[in-house]
Amino acid sequence: MNGDQMMRAHSASLPAPQFENPAWVTPVALASARVAIVTSAALYAVGDEAFSAGDTGYRLIDRDRRDLVLGHWSPNFDQMGVKMDLNVVYPIDRLEELAAQGIIGSVAPRHVSFAGNQPDDVSTIRLDTGPSAAAQLRQDGVDVVILTPV
Amino acid sequence: MSVLAHIFEAAGIATVVLSSVREVAQKVAPPRALHCEFPLGRPLGIPNDVEFQMDVIRRAFALLNEPSGPVLVDHPVVIEADEQPVSCAIPPRFDATLPPSVDEARGLKRAYNRALERRGVTSVGRAITSDEVPNALAVLHAIANGQDWTTAEIPGGNVMALCHDIRTYYEEAALELIDGPAPGGRAMENWFFETTEAGKTVLGARTAMKDAGAKFPMWFYMAPGNR
Repeated sequence: MNGDQMMRAHSASLPAPQFENPAWVTPVALASARVAIVTSAALYAVGDEAFSAGDTGYRLIDRDRRDLVLGHWSPNFDQMGVKMDLNVVYPIDRLEELAAQGIIGSVAPRHVSFAGNQPDDVSTIRLDTGPSAAAQLRQDGVDVVILTPV
Repeated sequence: MSVLAHIFEAAGIATVVLSSVREVAQKVAPPRALHCEFPLGRPLGIPNDVEFQMDVIRRAFALLNEPSGPVLVDHPVVIEADEQPVSCAIPPRFDATLPPSVDEARGLKRAYNRALERRGVTSVGRAITSDEVPNALAVLHAIANGQDWTTAEIPGGNVMALCHDIRTYYEEAALELIDGPAPGGRAMENWFFETTEAGKTVLGARTAMKDAGAKFPMWFYMAPGNR
């Protein structure tokens, strides 16, 4: 079994949090939507606080920052794709292009990064830091987020 | 990611997830997910391929038109990780009095510096600086060859972070030493662990620490789990 197969099998075997009565938002038209990226790659801007092992917090990334450090602690995924092209994890330039083409309304001024290596119950993210990050994006008028996993 | 989708949706923001593990997306059932069977760590699929990345995003945003959910759709393209090491020349031996990995790491310093200058950012620095990589390898070399790891004064104090920095130093340096299209997922990892002296040193120290009774997380996360 290769590395990706092993990690996928391991992830599939873990207990998964359940959400009863999940929310459903009917979005505004994409051409008028403000879009943000939420990633779990533990990216952070140079000068911002690094992610610690088991960090349940998040970092906000300003729209114009490209000097991002990969702060993820797991050795079990490819780390070079994002170093060759940030957009393979954090598609900020693609969003800018889509905004310029009028396909999306606008690019959010701030984006969100969590660390994907988390305790199985993800209770802190679920109850504390996740809602906090969402509130920050709501302040910025974000209508739609695209979530990119690592 | 699927958990965060529920949280953001509950806050009033419409979400779409690029799923990387289909079973998790099925179980957690975020409102909208596009499953992307791409190498882990590359949710948009292919570095430097604007058209492919745009295709992924367009398919993801198309799910926003669904009237109800949860919706889980597969991207039609599957990209396997590359299990072959990337072809990357390693500097020849320079000082035969040094352990091979120490000599090798010194030889890669110029390539690492070029990578840092070009990219303007590095992920080395979690436990040690790039200048400390050769000495860190000397310590791991000693552990791999019988020194008691508990008295070895492992630089940075966190062996998992230390091994991250060593591997990252090599992989970032290698970016300056390879030509052609972007290597596939895992090709750099395979190069590091299967062809470099540093990779052998890390795996040797890891085995020695495991055999000497180091706690599981300490030795296990020095390298990917399938090694």
